[in-house]
Amino acid sequence: MSTLLRPFAIKSSGDLARLSVILALFGLILFGALRYDNFVSSYNILSFLRYNSMFALIALGMAFVIITGGIDLSVGGTAAMASVVAALCSPYHWAAGLLGGIAAGLAVGALNGFIITKMRIQPFIATLATMLAAYGTGLLLANNQSVSVSYDTGFTVIGQDDFLGFPIPAWIALAVYVLGWLVLEKLPVGRHILAIGDGEATAGLMGLKVERTLAAVYLASGALAGLAGVILASQFGAGQPTEGVGWELFAIASVVVGGTLLTGGSGSVGATLAGALLLAMVFNILNFENGLGWISLSAYWQSVIRGTFLLIVVVLQAKLMARHNAP
Amino acid sequence: MTTIETPVPQPSGTLSPGSRLFTLASRYGTFVAFLALIAFNIAVTPNFLSLQTLNVNLTQVATIVIVATGMTLVIATGGIDLSVGSLMAISGALAPMIFMGQFWQVENMAFAVALAILIPVAVASLFGLFNGLLVTRFSIQPIIATLVLFIAGRGIAQVMTNGNLQVFKNEGFQFIAMGRIAGIPAQVVLMILIVILASAMIRYTVIGRQIIAVGGNEKAARLTGVPVKRVKLLVYMISGALAGLAGLVVVARNSASDANLVGLGMELDAIAAVAVGGTLLTGGRANIVGTVLGAFVIQLVRYTLLANGVPDAAALIVKAGLIVLAVFIQQRADKR
Repeated sequence: MSTLLRPFAIKSSGDLARLSVILALFGLILFGALRYDNFVSSYNILSFLRYNSMFALIALGMAFVIITGGIDLSVGGTAAMASVVAALCSPYHWAAGLLGGIAAGLAVGALNGFIITKMRIQPFIATLATMLAAYGTGLLLANNQSVSVSYDTGFTVIGQDDFLGFPIPAWIALAVYVLGWLVLEKLPVGRHILAIGDGEATAGLMGLKVERTLAAVYLASGALAGLAGVILASQFGAGQPTEGVGWELFAIASVVVGGTLLTGGSGSVGATLAGALLLAMVFNILNFENGLGWISLSAYWQSVIRGTFLLIVVVLQAKLMARHNAP
Repeated sequence: MTTIETPVPQPSGTLSPGSRLFTLASRYGTFVAFLALIAFNIAVTPNFLSLQTLNVNLTQVATIVIVATGMTLVIATGGIDLSVGSLMAISGALAPMIFMGQFWQVENMAFAVALAILIPVAVASLFGLFNGLLVTRFSIQPIIATLVLFIAGRGIAQVMTNGNLQVFKNEGFQFIAMGRIAGIPAQVVLMILIVILASAMIRYTVIGRQIIAVGGNEKAARLTGVPVKRVKLLVYMISGALAGLAGLVVVARNSASDANLVGLGMELDAIAAVAVGGTLLTGGRANIVGTVLGAFVIQLVRYTLLANGVPDAAALIVKAGLIVLAVFIQQRADKR
């Protein structure tokens, strides 16, 4: 319940974790800026934002799901399928591509919500199954190959163009994060989501509409994954049915790094964004370090580093939790 | 993951016909599905009743069963092991490196082959211990704890081999997959042996009862003196070792080891086999024979679809539906 009454000061271990991720992010940026020549170049910054907006979107949906005490493993498959749907719809109108991709994401989200709230199957199993189904559907629709998008309807503007000097995907992500912050911090439904994560049974007894809120959260996660799929298709010019493998892990790691507890009941939208940026920044810096030639890490190291990073974060979080729970 | 159920008031005494149906479905559903699949194939799939079909299905199901047996034990304690596929890749990468002399000069091939079997299994079991330590020492949820090696494990295998395909021909080592014992493929014998050992352990040994007790009610188990942490460490180690063994079988069968592919998606197949086989995913139960049946059903579904020209992608969707349906029926039957 502490999260419900949380004042602005650092009161919980969660706040400490959130503060440290933001400090770590600034530390990494400072390190990169001092060490590499082109780190703060507009090219690096813009391509960093353009590429990582997709992951930021998925991380936000995952944050909401994890705050309710659930998990959504289907986001990668959903994004892949949505990218195919968006590519298939893009010849009709750029908006058809956009809406088609989001609708595909919503469909998977609705299915997740139904299986979890109506059939009462654990989120982890339910979304594992829908991940398979989403990949299967994407592959079927795409005939096992990537689907080129239309270049005539302006669909590629979404992923490739800039607006006021910044990439459009970054603007989209920013808008969605502001919306997410409003929902979680300012609207009643945000309190409901936190309360459900604290204890579903209690929230139900308090008269909250648990099932409807949960379904809405999975719907939102699906829609955001769909939006990420649209950006993927638009940015790379093709719907890619085999993309998205491991995206759910990136999203979970971002949320955890952002100090959201995997047990639910607490979490922050801003820190999730910081967590996603921090993880992406680690890889950006590794790329620059490879470029300097001092070390040479093959692409295979990426997953080892990602796993190690996740390990460090969850162990730290477990220790913080243990201290927090101790009298 | 912590879904707390509000107790639903149940009319005492009589069972509604609906819930009796779920109970029947959960008890015999997998078996009926298995028989139905066989009947369907006999009627529809050409050349289904042949020794070759039996061989193909048995050898393909062997690795799933071996991994799913370990997974059953982990799930019985209320945990889950997502790292099995990655551990298969690690052990599959290690074995050829050992008998092809990449670590040290091979002088006695029989000795090298023995090491190429023992060391990878031991390493995989140590990784399992690592999973177990994360779960017990740091109280990290099993999904997240094993997610670490799910991500990093395949990377480790890829870094070890530099992502290269290792091709080999080694009769001694490949006996575990290609060899025959009394006419039965060695990997099938291995599978049967493991299933018998695991079932006996669950049914007749103290540790077996302790595994069930930990999954049924961890607090009560601890209060009655069950060494909960040690039991959990053990099941993750067993799961790791069995995954390691399955990795060896796969590379021996293929005469090649590809760290990018060995065991890919195996965690899903194993969890699906356990779920379809009737072990509750919330723990407290271990139905090894059910898991074997579940693995056969999943294998037969895949075979049926492929043999009748249904694309692989559609098979994924069918598998997803199967998992959801099986878990749904189990939980309904359990709640009656």
